[in-house]
Parts: sequence; C-alpha cells; structure tokens
Amino acid sequence: MSSINMSNVAVSFPLYHSESRSLKKAVFAAASGRLGKDEKKRVVVEALRHVSFSLQTGDRLGLVGSNGAGKTTLLRTLAGIYEPVDGRISINGKVTALLDPGQGMNPELTGRENIRLRGLFDRLSPRQISQLEEDVAEFAELDQFLDLPVRTYSSGMVVRLGFGLATSIKPQILLMDEWLMAGDANFMDKAKQRLETMVKGAEILVLSSHSPNIILQWCNRVIWMDKGTVKMDSTPQEVLSSYLSPEQYAEANDMLALRGLTVTM
Amino acid sequence: MNMTSPPGRDAVQALVPETPVSPENRLTIAAAPNWASRVKAEFSDIFGTAHLWRLVWTLSVFDIQQRYRGSILGPFWLTLSTGVMIGAMGFIYAGLFHEDVQTYLPFLSLSLILWNLLSAFTAEGSTCFLQSEPMIRAMRMPLSMHAARVVVRNILVFAHNIVVIVVVFAIMHRMPGPDSLMIIPGFALWIVDAFAISLLLGVFCARFRDIPPIVGSIMQIAFFVTPIIWSPAILEHRGIGTVLITYNPFAALLEIIRGPLLGSPLHLSTWVVALGYSSVLIMAAGLIFSIARPRIAYWV
Repeated sequence: MSSINMSNVAVSFPLYHSESRSLKKAVFAAASGRLGKDEKKRVVVEALRHVSFSLQTGDRLGLVGSNGAGKTTLLRTLAGIYEPVDGRISINGKVTALLDPGQGMNPELTGRENIRLRGLFDRLSPRQISQLEEDVAEFAELDQFLDLPVRTYSSGMVVRLGFGLATSIKPQILLMDEWLMAGDANFMDKAKQRLETMVKGAEILVLSSHSPNIILQWCNRVIWMDKGTVKMDSTPQEVLSSYLSPEQYAEANDMLALRGLTVTM
Repeated sequence: MNMTSPPGRDAVQALVPETPVSPENRLTIAAAPNWASRVKAEFSDIFGTAHLWRLVWTLSVFDIQQRYRGSILGPFWLTLSTGVMIGAMGFIYAGLFHEDVQTYLPFLSLSLILWNLLSAFTAEGSTCFLQSEPMIRAMRMPLSMHAARVVVRNILVFAHNIVVIVVVFAIMHRMPGPDSLMIIPGFALWIVDAFAISLLLGVFCARFRDIPPIVGSIMQIAFFVTPIIWSPAILEHRGIGTVLITYNPFAALLEIIRGPLLGSPLHLSTWVVALGYSSVLIMAAGLIFSIARPRIAYWV
C-alpha cells in the first residue's frame, strides 16, 4: 500500500546573484556589519506555498498549470530532491521520477555504462543488470551506438535510451513530466504499450502535462497549480472545464471520443 | 487543500496491483527540524552511501577510464609522469640540499605521491557536488555519495602511483621494516579525513563559487611550508622553524605514513597532532553537512 502525504509544504529558491555567491564579499560584508541587512534583503522565489494533499494506491494525479506554476518543482519535491523549507512530506513506496530525458546520465559515458550505473543505483544483482542492459538495448534500438559515449547520440536517441531505461523499472510511485509523452509518431507507437504497462503497474501516478488529452486519458484526479499554490483539486472533468476555455475542453473531449477512449479512469 | 479523493478511485483501486512497501522505501522529510532529526538524516545519508558502495566503486572506475579513454597506456600515464617527475626532481634537489640520493629519493617519492593524493582530495572534494549536478537534480540519492566517489577515485589514482614508490625503494635497496604496519591506521585516518574534507569543501563550494581558487592557493603555500621536498631534519635546530613541522596538520598527516616506511622514529606527538586536527575537521564537516544537506540540491 503506497501513499504520499504532503502537509503545508513550502519550497523556496534562494536567488543568488554573483555577489552573494562570493565568499570574499560575504566576509567583507560581515566585517562591515552589512550581513544582517543582506540576509533580510535576500531575494527568494516562493516556488510552492501551503501545498497539502494526500495520495493513496490507485490515485492517478494530473498536474496542470501554466509555465512556472510549480508543477516540476512539485514533482521534484515529491521525489525528495528538493527538501521543503516548511511543512512535511511522507512518502511510502519506491519512487521513480522521470523528470527529463537525460535522467542524470553522464554524457561522457557510453549508453551501456549509464545503464549499468542505473542498475547499481537500484541495487540490482550483476545478472539483473545484464538483463536490464539487454532489455533497454533491444527497446532503444541503439545497436553499436550502445558502446559509444552518450554525447555522440542524436537527441532522439537520448530520448529512446532514457525512455527505455525509465520504463524498465517497476516503480510503486511514478512521477512523470510530460517529456515521456513527446516523441516522433513512429517511436510513440512502440513506446505507448511499454509506457501503459508501467503506468498501469504503478500504484500511484503523478503526471504533469500540458495536454488535456493525456490528463483525461490517464488521470482520475487533477490538481491545478497556480503561482505555487493549489488552485483547484478535483476530478479531471471539473478541473479541466474551468482550467481550459470551453472550446478547448470540448475539443479535448471530442479527441478522446474520436480515439474510442472513454473517461473511465 | 482538498484532502478527500474524488469519486471513481475505488474502481481503479481494484485494478492496481498492490505490493508491500519495504521499510527502506519509507521516507519522511520535514522542514526546519531540530538537531536530533538533522543529525539522524545526516547519518542515514552516510549509511545510504555505504549501501551503494558498488555504485561508488563503479562511478570511480568509470571516472578514471573516462579520463584516459583512447590513450594506449591508460591510467599508467599517471605512473609514468609521476615517475619521471620524481626522477628528475630527486637528483636536482638532492644536489641543492646536499643530501644523499640514496636516502633522499625514497623520501621524495613518498612525500610527493602522498602530497598529490592529499591535494587531489582537497581540489576534487571542492567540486564534488557541483560536478554531480545532473545526478543530484535527477533523483534522490545520498549526497555523501559524491564525496565518497572523490575519495575512492583518488585512492585508485594513488594505487597506480604506488608502483613508482616500489621501484624507487627497489633501486635504492631500501626495505621497509616491521614498523611499516603503522601505515594501516595511518591510511584509515587519511580515508576518514578525505571523506570529511570533501563533504566540507564540497558544501562550501556549492554555496560560494570562489572557494576552489582559494583552496588551490592555500594548498600551494602549504606545499612549500610543509616538509615535502625538504627533509624535516633541515629545520631540526632552527627554533621557530620547527613550528612548521610540529603544528602543521599536513606535516603530521604525511609523517604518520612516511615515517614508518622510511624507518624513522615516529613520535607519539605526531599522531596526537594528526588525530587532533582530524577530529576538528570531522566535527566541522559533520556540523556543516548536517545543516547544508537539505540545501545542496538548491545550490548546485
């Protein structure tokens, strides 16, 4: 039974300009008694404020909101990368965060080496790691490129490798940014099934997307983020009908109906 | 703010396979905690690194392979260049200091190779978090792992250079005595110190970007005031000059390994000085890392 509990979480980014990044300036400021003033004047971006919600097994949460509303920051906070400055998060379950295609891969290392590092991070046995290698290599169709540094890959190849790697792991809690949904049509056909298997297998899904189709298709709950706060938290239909303009909402529903998908989830 | 789930969830719940959550996948992060929970989080970070030792080892091996990818000699370029430098410097400085090459060359090879290790710990420790920025921002992992990676990577580099020491000792017909077992606790202290200095400098350099050059210039000065190319015997009866040896943390750290191998008598006071400075360093690193750990992801 996986669960996520966020209570009153706040995240803020200190904005360091070149002066506050300098130890010399900080020391001289302290010596001349200016540090106190500096401390209070420090510019902080409040990326998340008073965010509270809880998720349990079966929840598929979609995050919508304009750029800079705090969707990606919220995903990073749920992943435990950014620790909150206020509030408390409890996460129960194995988390996989798919935030960008690079996924912390080292571009100087080969595809195979990057796969191995990921396997070691998940504490797989050597046998499981070679299985992972095979699985990802077969999916990503990198062939001989697998033994070349990742920096020599085309951006499409990086996405394929990242996608293959990401979807080879069975998480209990899956945090996804929408890059996974982007890709050329040919690739998406192949990727779709793999992605669906993973999403369905996850106990909790948190998905950030600009596409109403994807939200309607995958999610059973939507949070609308605005300026770092939760503006609305309800069913996809309710949130999207107020988040989108009526025409956009109608269009999204039509598209869904056209594809023969019903909004059951 | 809505704490209740929307309708329709129960229908999905039946479809989702439920697996038990293992204790290691339970995590609670609370902001502004007290000291006890801060230190607890720090220790669980360090234990997490220990659990990931295979990852740390592989990352370090890859780091070295990557540095020498495409070269014929590979990492043994390190050995070769160190060997050439020690050979050249050994004869010049033995002449300058009026020392016997037979005793001077083993001293110099040990001193320089140990110093290279020490200054690599400080230089690369400074950038341990900055360098791993893509990893830090991609997933949650123990942050002390990046410091451990610097330590293991440089021990591997050092292992290549041991060949030079062995060759020099063989050519000069020097054979370390039974005292040399004392290098075991010596190295243990070095490893702990290296981990602590990487954490400490890594945190400071993530926050203040002008620290790496400052560290560099301090180490440059330390190189000249520490008995590395000159033997401590030179200052023996020079009054104030002995401060450079007695209270110099670098001199003490070098001596606890170099002394036993050269067969020179090791004073208890050297160990006391080394342990004294080390405990200050470890406490400072523990304190700073426990405070800064939650902020590192924001700084890099």
